Amino acid sequence: MAQSEQEILEGLAEIVNEETGLPTDSVQADKSFTEDLDIDSLSMMTIVVNAEEKFGVRIPDDEVKNLTTVGDAVSFIAKNQG
Amino acid sequence: MLLEGKKLLITGVLMDSSIAFHVARLAQEEGAEVVLTSFGRTMKITQTIARRLPTTPPVLELDVTDQEHLDTLADRLGEHVDHLDGVLHSIGFAPQGAFNFLEATFEDVSTAMHASAFSLKSLAVAALPRMSAGGSIVGLTFDAKFAWPVYDWMGVAKAAFESTNRYCARDLGPKGVRCNLVSAGPIRTTAAKSIPGFEAFENTWNQRAPLGWDVNDPVPAAKACAALLSDWFPATTGEIVHVDGGVHVMGQ
Repeated sequence: MAQSEQEILEGLAEIVNEETGLPTDSVQADKSFTEDLDIDSLSMMTIVVNAEEKFGVRIPDDEVKNLTTVGDAVSFIAKNQG
Repeated sequence: MLLEGKKLLITGVLMDSSIAFHVARLAQEEGAEVVLTSFGRTMKITQTIARRLPTTPPVLELDVTDQEHLDTLADRLGEHVDHLDGVLHSIGFAPQGAFNFLEATFEDVSTAMHASAFSLKSLAVAALPRMSAGGSIVGLTFDAKFAWPVYDWMGVAKAAFESTNRYCARDLGPKGVRCNLVSAGPIRTTAAKSIPGFEAFENTWNQRAPLGWDVNDPVPAAKACAALLSDWFPATTGEIVHVDGGVHVMGQ
């Protein structure tokens, strides 16, 4: 069942928290993964793989570079959820 | 089935675009039992990706530059398989500095050599206690006969890797264990995308290959690995099988 963008944001925040230890409330839609949250490429891969599992979507490697902010990722997941 | 009853150790499964992922998938489909390795921060990714295989295999921790990991590998394997019929070496690493030929330091180069060339010998020695006659070790190279754009000291490490393959063939042959490489054309894996300027390979390969070449398809290389792990190359060792659309035999 498709989730709302708010539910996706909360789920993504949990994944980011688990990988990086960042508090979930710091994971906001306008935050950049690299600039604001200081997430490196390996952590980003882990987050992407876990998001694929959690939300039942495929996030192609070529798409990952377009996901600059948390909001970009939430929109992509919302649009592509089965 | 090609690999019926075989027990295989497969390194290098990171994403489901990895060549090693497709070797593991084909191997399971062809009847093999598979154990994966990963290490450090990539363990979690490999464990998640492993669940996308037909059967979820165990994932052992193995950093091929860590002597303790190597020394304990055979014992740790014993918790999952009683012996090994084959090993896939799909491992390479070079620091960013190694991709600038004239500016690279020896520290950059030695790291590349350790992880990408010496590791074939290290992995073979670590796995050997579980292997017997008929065993097969297969590695992945990128044709080291040429000076490529951007590949730089990784290309030199691959030349050492290809030579290491020949010496492994010499010293493992008397034990009945084969060692061969697959020289694949460029494939857009995580490893490839970490090489700055990788597109330089991508753009010309398809034009130069008489069979054509799809940089998004890891399956041809994976099939060759599966074939070399099987019993169908019983008298072949020290060999490099090119899976590159034919580029390696074409003049410019």
